[in-house]
Amino acid sequence: MSHVADDPRIIEFDVRTDEMLVNMGPQHPSTHGVLRLVLRTDGEVVSEVEPHIGYLHRCAEKIGENLTARQWIPYTDRMDYLAAMNMNLGWALAVEKLMKYQVSEKARHLRVLIAELGRIASHLVGMGAYGLDLGTFSPFLYAFREREKILDLFEEACGARLTYSYITVGGLTADLPPGWLGRCEAFLDQFEPIIKEYHALLTTNAIFVKRTANIGVMSRDLAIEYGCSGPVLRGSGVDQDMRRDGEAIYTAMYDGYAFEVAVMKDGHYPRDHEYPPVPADAVLGDCWHRFFVRMLEVVQSMDLVRQSIDRYSACKGPLGEPLKLAEKIPAGDAYLETEAPKGQMGFYLVSDGSAIPWRVRARSSSFSNLAVAPELCRGCLIADVPAIVGSLDIVMGEIDR
Amino acid sequence: MAEFLINSVGFPEWLAWTVTAVVAAVLILNVIAGGALVFIWAERKIAARIQDRLGPTRTGGRFGWLQSLADGIKLIAKEDLMPEGADGMLFRLAPYVSFCASFCAFIALPFAFDFVGQRLNVGVFFVVAVLGLEVFGVILAGYASASKWSLFGAMREAAQVVSYEVPLGMCVVVPVMLAGSMDLVTIAEKQAGWVTNWYLFHDPFTFVIFWVYVTCAVASVNRAPFDLAEAESELVAGFHTEYSGLRWSYFFMAEYGSMFLVSALAAVLFMGGWNGPIPVARLVGLSEGTGDTANYFVRLLGMANLLGKATLGVLVMMWVRWTLPRLRIDQVMTTCLKYCTPIAAAMFAGAMLWQLMLPGGVAPGLSRPAGEIREGWLEGPGGRSAAARSSAVAGVLP
Repeated sequence: MSHVADDPRIIEFDVRTDEMLVNMGPQHPSTHGVLRLVLRTDGEVVSEVEPHIGYLHRCAEKIGENLTARQWIPYTDRMDYLAAMNMNLGWALAVEKLMKYQVSEKARHLRVLIAELGRIASHLVGMGAYGLDLGTFSPFLYAFREREKILDLFEEACGARLTYSYITVGGLTADLPPGWLGRCEAFLDQFEPIIKEYHALLTTNAIFVKRTANIGVMSRDLAIEYGCSGPVLRGSGVDQDMRRDGEAIYTAMYDGYAFEVAVMKDGHYPRDHEYPPVPADAVLGDCWHRFFVRMLEVVQSMDLVRQSIDRYSACKGPLGEPLKLAEKIPAGDAYLETEAPKGQMGFYLVSDGSAIPWRVRARSSSFSNLAVAPELCRGCLIADVPAIVGSLDIVMGEIDR
Repeated sequence: MAEFLINSVGFPEWLAWTVTAVVAAVLILNVIAGGALVFIWAERKIAARIQDRLGPTRTGGRFGWLQSLADGIKLIAKEDLMPEGADGMLFRLAPYVSFCASFCAFIALPFAFDFVGQRLNVGVFFVVAVLGLEVFGVILAGYASASKWSLFGAMREAAQVVSYEVPLGMCVVVPVMLAGSMDLVTIAEKQAGWVTNWYLFHDPFTFVIFWVYVTCAVASVNRAPFDLAEAESELVAGFHTEYSGLRWSYFFMAEYGSMFLVSALAAVLFMGGWNGPIPVARLVGLSEGTGDTANYFVRLLGMANLLGKATLGVLVMMWVRWTLPRLRIDQVMTTCLKYCTPIAAAMFAGAMLWQLMLPGGVAPGLSRPAGEIREGWLEGPGGRSAAARSSAVAGVLP
């Protein structure tokens, strides 16, 4: 067992035991899809975690080089399948950036409305599944109950419940059906008080705090070093949100919208709404903060949806038709990062002037966020591994593409 | 029953005792197994209602009341799987060890006065000791499965259950000390009368130690938030990862049997056993002396009482399970060693001092020791003979 002592990363105890390699996944209840984690364990203590990915690889980027830009939209659905609307939006905006195309004002507000609803739906899964990782089942179903209502709204708008292809290059495939806005507002009014329930069952629950506070602490520098983004980055106290700090074509979408980035500044979170206090044990950058940022973003997105409903209904005139299926893309290249629920989702395309992009590449936030897991899991307990990986809120469809 | 067979039917003594034992065993096995099925169904429905679902609605016509049976048939019909690397004999043996430990403990559990498989003068000790054997089944299962997840589950179970036996034992000792007997029947009888006679309300120390008992009991039967041996989000399914079909269902039955057992034990030790909060039978003039039929009726009422209290305990465990997240293994051990054990020890000492300093309670006129009240009642109209009475109270085997 000399190798145990040779490896400085391994925590030593007075009782020396043999270490064990354990495969967590690819079929495991809490690896969020087909992630495989190889754990090197010494009893209950995990000395090393190594993520293995690729079980869901579908060559989506290569397929993108054989289809026109609009034809590839359904493939973006299947990346982050929990927030397909935001994936559609990312690709559509990247293509529009290259084409220097601007959608109508009405389409812009509708895109905000749909994207923010998608963000709520994605965070609900992230929150509920996180409860599941920590061994409580009920909040998962409470979250899915509300998510179902958002999916109902999406279904009415575009006919699909998971893979929407609603936001597309040059606009949206269809306008909203009559009465949709009223139903959406009714949902928001009904949903708002339920967030308190989530806080009671998870955020402020004593056991939940014990399991998440001061676990998997990621420093500001570490988060930046690994290229983390989204709630994972903001949970470490880095004030960055592409909706505010991104490129002009993306931030222009949110022009005139009032929102505060959910990040801890000067020792407190934005005070635009009433939130439960931060527990004393929580350290900035731990699992609790990453989770809490998501909860704040749900409320923030609800505000944005309300604002966009007002703006959208104020817009007169038609929504505008999306571009043709085989619209030619001018030669050149473009890269655009958007703020998807899981983090910054980047799309890159190179065009040779034809309708089919010459090169397509996606930069996934979950990929970078997962990469930091080995750092966070070093020396934790087995039970902390699902807690840490769950707090990163990854989606394998987006990592493997 | 044995006496009846010997005296009236004329069976030889060995046959009479064998027949009695078989009848008692069959009764206990079937009642508890049937009860477990009901609890499994109840858990499905309760979990569903807590989670805004409906749960089973169709099997059996209404409310899905036959769901557990249908599940059982499915489990029986499943292929008998065993992992290739498993230790065959131990793998097969493990579920039965768990199952037997859980169900054997019911032998000494009284359901009403004299409604007990075998009245033991060390009943409390027997129940706690036999229930502790359940862990062997789990360790065997984890070891024999040849799966790393199972092994983790088994090791957790071993650490957890063995640790929690300590505070659990201390909690159980307090009612034993108050009653001056380890006989469960005697302990429950001493709490007869109004609700104030329950050991739960005997003094502040017993009140606190009841909650310590609840915590330890939940932990020792591996229910959430202490279900670390299963921990489906970490260890896939813990010690029963490799089990399926009927063998798995034996573990399941053992879990529900144990749940019911610790709840019933709590009822007997702290909540008066079969004595209700209000002595209804006594108030309407029924007593052990009013005749055989009335006597039987009173005992049935008592049994309903005990079952009600035990079921309440099980329901609370289900409620807790579907509400709270799971603790981590180090937190579970902290709860036991840093909190439960010292609190239990302090409460034990406190209850002992209380018994020594204030044997009659704070205000002797208001609350006499429970046993005394019982004595007074037994001397009431048509009370039982003095000999029977003293044997019942002192806990001597009749």
